[in-house]
Amino acid sequence: MHEEPGTTVHDTDMIIVGAGPVGIFAVFEAGLLNMQCDLIDALDRPGGQCTELYPDKPIYDIPGVPVCTGQALIDNLLKQAEPFSPRFHLSQVAERLEADGERWRVTTSAGTVLRAPNVVIAAGGGSFVPKKVPLPGAEALEGRSLFYAVRRQADFAGKRLVIAGGGDSALDWTLALQPQAERLTLVHRRDAFRAAPDSVEKMRRLVEAGAMDLVIGQISALHADGTRLEAVSVRGSDGERRIECDALLAFYGLTMKLGPIADWGLELKNNLIAVDTEKFETNRRGVFAIGDICTYPGKLKLILSGFHEAALMCQQAYRYAFGKDPAFRYTTSSSELHKKLGV
Amino acid sequence: MGTIRVTDLEGVTHTVEAEPGRSVMELIYDAGLPIKAACFGCCSCSTCHVYVDPEWLDKLPPPGPDEEDILDMTAEPRDTSRLSCQITYNDALDGLHVTLAEDTRPD
Repeated sequence: MHEEPGTTVHDTDMIIVGAGPVGIFAVFEAGLLNMQCDLIDALDRPGGQCTELYPDKPIYDIPGVPVCTGQALIDNLLKQAEPFSPRFHLSQVAERLEADGERWRVTTSAGTVLRAPNVVIAAGGGSFVPKKVPLPGAEALEGRSLFYAVRRQADFAGKRLVIAGGGDSALDWTLALQPQAERLTLVHRRDAFRAAPDSVEKMRRLVEAGAMDLVIGQISALHADGTRLEAVSVRGSDGERRIECDALLAFYGLTMKLGPIADWGLELKNNLIAVDTEKFETNRRGVFAIGDICTYPGKLKLILSGFHEAALMCQQAYRYAFGKDPAFRYTTSSSELHKKLGV
Repeated sequence: MGTIRVTDLEGVTHTVEAEPGRSVMELIYDAGLPIKAACFGCCSCSTCHVYVDPEWLDKLPPPGPDEEDILDMTAEPRDTSRLSCQITYNDALDGLHVTLAEDTRPD
């Protein structure tokens, strides 16, 4: 194995891929067994689908919690895990899994390198990635004149920009880039926006003042010279029009993809990771899968099933971390556990 | 009990049994047809996006604001676009024909 010079390897007991409800609960179970956890997530905050897809929607099937929202569940799970000081590595995707002697090494898209005897994949439906423009030629333009995120605002100064979408990302970047763009056109499917009303109001004032354009319709074609975008076609109720532009920024929301995990040498069944039901271990020793991403006979994609899988997985992970069997204790009665929990 | 017709991404049309009160997404999923339906009915993800046969469009209640917000995120929205998780089957929809959109393709 070769290493980039200056790479810092962070040692830990458990690398958890995915900071959704099940990944966070695994921190708690691992913590009771003295294991330190590091979590990796593509999103910029913990919570996974609970906070990304349904933060305000009610969940009714968490044992002992008759009803709570996705956000409340995550807030409570984070509070429960807090005594064990989990380390979060956010806005990065777990890219590579490599053996490092008896341990595993995981490298993320941000260059973070973690090493541990245990890797736990709690990646739910996969990592959240931006939805791509489904038009011919889009792939060749990506990163050159078609963007799904803004890295450096200055790159767009003095350019003719088309921004597509109707959510907060589309509106926020419209307002941020409009002052420096040569011309900015916002393209959206309908004349209603799911973005914050305040941003929509500001955008409409700019349109009224003639400082930018709003076009209602769907981008129907990309016109490019090699990797340089020249124009987009927009199809609306009044027919198709061509908008000359230097760059297209598309904010169509996020979708879930299995991503690099698919190439980690794990046995997959219908894009889910096959595990046993004693240790929730994959075909690779010390690599586990729990929650929605794992499969076994009788598997149900329920948060409560993921919690159970986390607890059992930790028993085996402990053996790999400390070379002995864990002692079984109840949080209600164990003074040792009380000390760990700070109660 | 009636049926709905579902055209998949390969262009093959399947007849699926339909029980009143269930969502069209659930009917498609339970029939074993490939549909990603990632959030499984939370109206949060657009991966149950279908195109409704124009003949049937007027027979459906119009999409609510939540559904419209998610339709904004579909890859190729059309006038006939709906989220199948937001269409509740009833006897008046016996024979409903929908076509799966690219968003529904499983990974």
